[in-house]
Parts: sequence; structure tokens; C-alpha cells
Amino acid sequence: MSAISTTLPSWNPFSRWYSDGWTVTKRNLIKIKRSPDMLVFAVIQPVMFVLLFSQVYGGAIQVQGTDYTQFLMAGIFAQTVVFGSTFSGSAMALDLKEGIIDRFRSLPMSSSAVLIGRTNSDLVLNTISMVIMMATGLAVGWRVHSSPAEFLAGVGLLLLFSYAFSWVMALLGMSVKSPEVINNASFLILFPLTFVSNAFVPSDTLPTPLRIFAEWNPVSSLVQAARQLFGNEGTAPVPDIWTMQHPIQTVLIGITVMLVVFVPLCIRKFASISSR
Amino acid sequence: MYNVHNTAGMNTMTIIEATGLTKTYRSKSGPVHALAGLDLSVPRGSVKALLGPNGAGKTTVVKMLTTLIRPDSGRAVVDGIDVVADPKAVRRIIGVSGQYAAVDENLTGFENLEMVGRLYHLGASESRRRAQELIDLFELTAAGNRPVKGFSGGMRRRIDLAGALVINPKVLFLDEPTTGLDPRSRIALWNVIKRLVADGTTVLLTTQYLEEADQLADDIVVVDDGRVIAEGTSDRLKAQIGGHRLEVALVDAGAGASEAARGILARFGDGEPTVTSDGRGLEVAVTDGPRALQLVLAALGDAGIELHDAGMRRPTLDDVFLTLTGHKADKAHGAADDDTLDSKEAVKTR
Repeated sequence: MSAISTTLPSWNPFSRWYSDGWTVTKRNLIKIKRSPDMLVFAVIQPVMFVLLFSQVYGGAIQVQGTDYTQFLMAGIFAQTVVFGSTFSGSAMALDLKEGIIDRFRSLPMSSSAVLIGRTNSDLVLNTISMVIMMATGLAVGWRVHSSPAEFLAGVGLLLLFSYAFSWVMALLGMSVKSPEVINNASFLILFPLTFVSNAFVPSDTLPTPLRIFAEWNPVSSLVQAARQLFGNEGTAPVPDIWTMQHPIQTVLIGITVMLVVFVPLCIRKFASISSR
Repeated sequence: MYNVHNTAGMNTMTIIEATGLTKTYRSKSGPVHALAGLDLSVPRGSVKALLGPNGAGKTTVVKMLTTLIRPDSGRAVVDGIDVVADPKAVRRIIGVSGQYAAVDENLTGFENLEMVGRLYHLGASESRRRAQELIDLFELTAAGNRPVKGFSGGMRRRIDLAGALVINPKVLFLDEPTTGLDPRSRIALWNVIKRLVADGTTVLLTTQYLEEADQLADDIVVVDDGRVIAEGTSDRLKAQIGGHRLEVALVDAGAGASEAARGILARFGDGEPTVTSDGRGLEVAVTDGPRALQLVLAALGDAGIELHDAGMRRPTLDDVFLTLTGHKADKAHGAADDDTLDSKEAVKTR
């Protein structure tokens, strides 16, 4: 055996934290590159959704003051980032099941590095999805009717939301017994959450109980914020409740709350998990 | 962290010191005491094996010493560092290879080891150099640049073991290093471990196989129900249970022949002969197997007792348990423990 001394370089805590997070991010990105099913999820599914909704429902759904494709895109962006974040949960559950978490936890790495790496790489995956959806949207006639700064703010808001939501899902992923649970649960919870909102149809067309749910649904605020920032709102009246009247503030508050609550919870949970 | 001076004083001799470790898991059928006050002491530079059946608590001990789980009570110190008070300092000096190869399926062997090096903070170029060195050392050169997904079980274990050696650890933990491997891969892995041991690395390993403990360890600790029930060198343990088991199956199962055979076995064996588990033969522990077999066969021949079958075998974990506790190792109780899963993978060898 070679003579490696066990006295390791003593970098400052920040550079260590940064380097550990980057090492795990890189590992996750390699994984994405080598698993075609994940790329299908990230690339083909968004394209399919944009095409299906705009071409199939586009003619049937009337939106006041704009056409359906303009109205639809913010909704599809929001749905995709919400679903994209669930990947953080199933990936954490899978790592736990496969035992690699035990390897990570027995190494002298930063205690948040695995979580940082997870949420970072999923942000990359979501960004790729966004770019592809935007290109597809532009191809079927979607246009941004706002300033470049507003456009970038809209993209940033969607991605920030996906990043914060990744932490929520990561905590779930560490709490369940198998990755399948996350996939099934997210299907059961997130489908109603994204569909009973203003993402695909104006919420005033819904029956009253669903309409009230849709108006208070945080996904609706996210969609509304993105529509505003992309200039795709149309002329339909916005429901007269604070979260819909101030969607950008609402989403920013939501992002802050998710990060403040779930980042510490995740780090605490990570310090005690071990595969069985 | 109390007793800093004391631990510093004693760590020249003992590198692992654990006292009164307990851990209780809740389960549907009530609390399960995975560890019920386990004490352990491992001298520096030695190889110690924790021998016990599934659910004895072996994995729980390793997880505690490697900072993965916290004891409910008790204290454990590795190289003078308390595992609960300063887990990160412990992680800097240990290497762990678990029961299930903890490697990333999608990374190549090289990428796995390089990643571990980076996470030990070896730096980029040193991590790459060390990864390559380990790939060569573990004879994985041909497979090093393919994703682990396509590796055989034995190759996965070798990558996992290599991951535990990215730094030269002061203590190497091996949790059932060969469970689930075919006999050839098992022997290959034993040889790798023996080479490490020859370099003076302290090793704590767990196993279900007496032969494995015998092959690798200086000292064997027998664990049952979360407690140490016997401890000593492998020679002492074998002296206690006999080096071999000698078995004969008689043609005439009548009482007369049976009694005569019993007398002969008792004469050449250590201790009282017993009826074999299938009920059709007799067995006895013997120290020098081949010699005893010759003598027993000659004596049975002289007495005119005919045999269906005769032979000797190495004692199994069951024999150890039967001798030490009076019950078999794979008992029905206490099954809901941390390492029940491995029963699916367990391969019985003789």
C-alpha cells in the first residue's frame, strides 16, 4: 500500500462545503447523463405536454384577451418544475435503498453536501426541461410580451420555486421506505394540485368548490406570477384574493418559507438516516 | 468529551473501546433490543471478528462505531475520539465496507473511488492518483472504466473495499465482507484482506462464518442477542468446540450397535457424542480430525459395526452456539433486528 498520510489538507470550512457539494452534484449529473430514462423524463415529456395541450385543447379552450398557447405556457412551466422536483425525493430514497448514503455518511464530508448536490443537480435538470419547453413553445407560436428583465425574472422565479420544492421532496424521500412510494404519492398529490389550478384552464370556469381550491392553490400563484412576468395574462379578471393579486410576492414568500423550514429539517434528518 | 487525558494515555494499546452499548428499535411486535450492553475492546494493529447469527447485533455495533447510528446508552471511542461527540473526526480516520456494496451503480469504478477521495478532501490530483492505484491493486484495471452496473458481485465488493481504503485508515470496518459471494470470490477477497492485515491495519469485521473468522482474525468475539457471549483467540474457541466434527451413520440403527458406536466416539472425541441433526447418525467434536477419523474407523471396524457413511467437517456457527449457549444460531426469536435482511443473501458454507 502506498504511504498516504491521514493528515488531510485543512481547507477553510466554506471551500470544503463548496467542494463537497460540487463533488456530489457532479456525481448526480453523471448519473443523469447515463440513465436515458431520466433524460426522456426531462426532455421528451415537456415537449409532448406542450404539443398535446397547445395542439389538442388549444382550439377548444377560450381564454379572454389572448390565445390558448400564450395562456398555456406558464401553466406547463409551473407543472413541469413542480413534477421535476419530485425527482429529488425519489433519488434520495433510491440512494438510501442502495446503501450509498451509508458510504457518504461515513466520510468526513460536509453534512449538507449530499442534499446540496441533490438539489443542485435537479435544478440543472429542471433548467434543461425549461429551455426545451421554451423552444417548443416558441415553435408553436408562444411569444413573450414583456421586457427581457421581466422574462428573466419569470424564469428565475420558476427555477427558484423548483429548487425550494426539491428540499421539501428530499425530506419526503428520506422519510419513506422505498422510491416507489414517492412516485406514487407525488402522482396522487401533485396531479390534483397542478390540474385544479389556473395552469391549464382559467379558474373561473371551474365549479365553485374547485374554483375556490384553485384560487388559493399555491401553484395558481406561481402560474399567475409567470404569466405576468412573461406578459401572457390576457384580459380575464384576476380573482380578488391577496395571493392572486400579488402572485410574485406570494411565490417569493413561499420559496422563503420552504427553504427556511425544509433546509434545516433535511440536514437534521440526513444526520440520522441509514440504509437498512 | 470527558477523560481526554485518560483516553490519550490508553490509546497506545487499544484503538477501539466500547462499553455498555445499547440500542433498542421499536417494531410492531414490541421493542427489539438490538444491543443489550455490549462491551468491546480492540487492540491496535489486531484483527477482531464479531461472529454471530443474523440479528445478533453485529451490524448495529459497526454502524455505531462508524458514526452512522447513535447508541441509546454506553460509550464508544475510536483512537481516543468519542463517536458521538465528534463523529467527523472519527470519519477522517476510518474506512468502512458494508454488507451491501455502497457504490454508485452509474459511476465507473474509477469515478466511484475518485469521488470518495474528493470527499476525504485529498484534492483533485491526489484523488485521481489514488483511485488509479486502488484499481490496479484490486485488479480491476479492465473494468475500472465501465459503470459498476455491469460488475459481478465479487467486483462490486472489491470496489467497495477499495473505497474503504482510499485513505490508509487507522481502523478498517468490514461488515460481512463476503456474504452473498460465491466460494471463489470469497477466497479472493480473503486474500485481499489478509494482505491489508499484514500491513498492520486494525480491522474489525463481522461474519456469520466461523471459518471466515478463523481465516482472518486474531481474536473472535461471539455475539448473541446484542451481547458478547464468548471471546478469545480462534484457537481457544476451537479448543472449546473442537477443531472438527466427526460424523458416522450406522447401517444397524439398533440400540446395541448404537451404544457401542457411542462409546467409541466418546473415547476418541472431546466431550459427549450427540445424535446428528437428521437423527440418523452420531457426531462428536474432535481436536485432530483426520487422526480421530482413522482411529474411530479402525475401532468401529474391530467392533464389527457397519457404516453407511463417515466423515468429518468443520464446525459451523450452529456448533459454536450449541456448545456455548445450548441453542442453535438460527433461532426463532429476536428476528426483527437490523440485519434480518441478510438472511436472504446468506450462503451457508462448510
